[in-house]
Amino acid sequence: MSLLALENVTLKFGGVTAVNNLSFSVNEGEVFALVGPNGAGKSTVFNMISRFYRPVRGSITFDGQDLLTKKANEVASLGIARTFQNIELFERATVLQNLLVGRHRHRKTLLIEEMLFIGRARAEERAHRLAVEEVIDFLDLQAYRDKMIAGLPYGVRKVVELARALATKPRMLLLDEPASGLSVEETQDMRWWIEDIRRQMGITVLMVEHDMGLVGKVCDRVLALADGAKLAEGTPAEVQSHPAVIEAYLGTSAISKTANAKGERV
Amino acid sequence: MRFHFKTSYDHDIRLFPDWWKFSLYATLVLVMLALPWIFQGVFGGRTAGFYLGEMTNVLIWAVAGLGLMLLTGTTGQVSLGHSAFMALGCFLCVNFLDAGMPFLLAFVLAGIVTGLVGAVIAVPALKLHGVYLSIFTLALAILADDLVVILEHWTGGVNGRMAPDFTLFGASMNRWANPQGWYFLALGTAIAVTLLYRNLLRSPLGRAFAAVRDSEISAQAMGIDVARTKTLAFGLSCAFAGLGGALMGFFAGAFNNETFNFLISIQLLMMIIIGGLGFIHGAFLGAAVIAFLPQALSMATDFMGSASIPGLEVGVFGAILIAFILFEPMGLYGRWLKLRVWLELFPFARRDMFRRQKSYLKTERLR
Repeated sequence: MSLLALENVTLKFGGVTAVNNLSFSVNEGEVFALVGPNGAGKSTVFNMISRFYRPVRGSITFDGQDLLTKKANEVASLGIARTFQNIELFERATVLQNLLVGRHRHRKTLLIEEMLFIGRARAEERAHRLAVEEVIDFLDLQAYRDKMIAGLPYGVRKVVELARALATKPRMLLLDEPASGLSVEETQDMRWWIEDIRRQMGITVLMVEHDMGLVGKVCDRVLALADGAKLAEGTPAEVQSHPAVIEAYLGTSAISKTANAKGERV
Repeated sequence: MRFHFKTSYDHDIRLFPDWWKFSLYATLVLVMLALPWIFQGVFGGRTAGFYLGEMTNVLIWAVAGLGLMLLTGTTGQVSLGHSAFMALGCFLCVNFLDAGMPFLLAFVLAGIVTGLVGAVIAVPALKLHGVYLSIFTLALAILADDLVVILEHWTGGVNGRMAPDFTLFGASMNRWANPQGWYFLALGTAIAVTLLYRNLLRSPLGRAFAAVRDSEISAQAMGIDVARTKTLAFGLSCAFAGLGGALMGFFAGAFNNETFNFLISIQLLMMIIIGGLGFIHGAFLGAAVIAFLPQALSMATDFMGSASIPGLEVGVFGAILIAFILFEPMGLYGRWLKLRVWLELFPFARRDMFRRQKSYLKTERLR
């Protein structure tokens, strides 16, 4: 059953068509990757799902609900959480506070209860912390719990951003280049976490990633984009060997070269 | 250096992390409560009344400063218009008293109504960012000045109003006859506002404020309604400023449009920057600087045997502000935090420990 479906989505910035008549759907419980050269429109697709951009044509539905009728801040309450390509953490707060912001969509307390810290405020606060601690355990962030973001190294920030997205208890996770800038070991960790997120938590993952090694290992299906349009869709192996994909990445002559190379080997 | 071995979530939730911190603040509150008698013992008679008045002034500035701190330090929105809301709070309070309300009700209601008005004004204002928002709010401050003159029926126009005598818990609260009473009123208000602020910071809304300050875009992705959160912050901030304004006007004895001119807003902003943006302590430290500096300057000029120098006060304020922005953007409280770390680590603190690192790339803003 498809959880997220984009149908004939087109987005234009002035004269530039960033996304052109794109359709794809992500099934529940699947890990789905968007790949493509720089400027292909991958992050733009994410920003449309997050409702930062509004497509000029087409529809986006999540779990049968029309996403385009929602505001950007209502997307989270549907159960869609995301990370950003250039980490967008709350710099002047601790890791714990960042993750607690992720719990905002579960806020039940009223302003007056919070200001006087009466009624549900304390019990709710405990519940938020319990949920956050589970995420901290899952991603091994104990050592950084009370550290300020401003002093953390890049690799840890990436994990904190993933943790903050998980703290919202999402149904679907949008990861914008989860492995960019990570070392080989960190990428390996990221791979296991994505697998666990899918297996243990049952969260559907949609990600943009350039590291084809990672994509090949964790993804069920891959969609290749170039200039805002779909090139190929299928398993990672299928997409990687698709002639149009090779052309988009390496140029036209590359196809004949690969063909020649194959021919020689035969 | 103390280590906290946390055994429950309450450890992070409660107001004080350990008995040591608790006893520090408890001592502070006790000393503040005993201050009238301490001053009486040390200075005696009229001089004690003068110094108590100065302390009251500090606390009143701190209340208004906490209001702006919530907006600028915690939520990251600049306002140069808070003098307008201080004026509104003051004139509302005096009119509620005229209508026959008891002081406490009039005072709290003035704060709440100021907050509501602030929230309404915030709706268009907070669509603006940075320098445009400051200019909008500066215009508010100047507009308020004229409005006070125009609405003569309620405000007394350019002649202004005298602060009426009122009773609080059976005590007659005349500014000159009862300095102790006024001191306790200001202290009580400051403690109440601080507690409200502190409670906000440990609950979801306070974290949403900080989220909006640091990254609006990811705050939105986390399900925070940015416009609504900013409006709330502006409203709460104005409510605190209104309370501070009511105290300030009544404490001055008489108030008109000049009492709350836009220079007050600028002083308020200077105060929270000098104290330390984003810290509750910063509002109090900044208030102490703002309130004591004129006295310190006049004492210094007296000591050097010269007559008062026009413009000296403003010049020194400006110089201090520039020095802080250049050398210590985290303000007095930030300086104290660094000193504390240095002492805790002694002799292992390194010189470059607090050097600011280059930040990572930010997502290009989606607007």
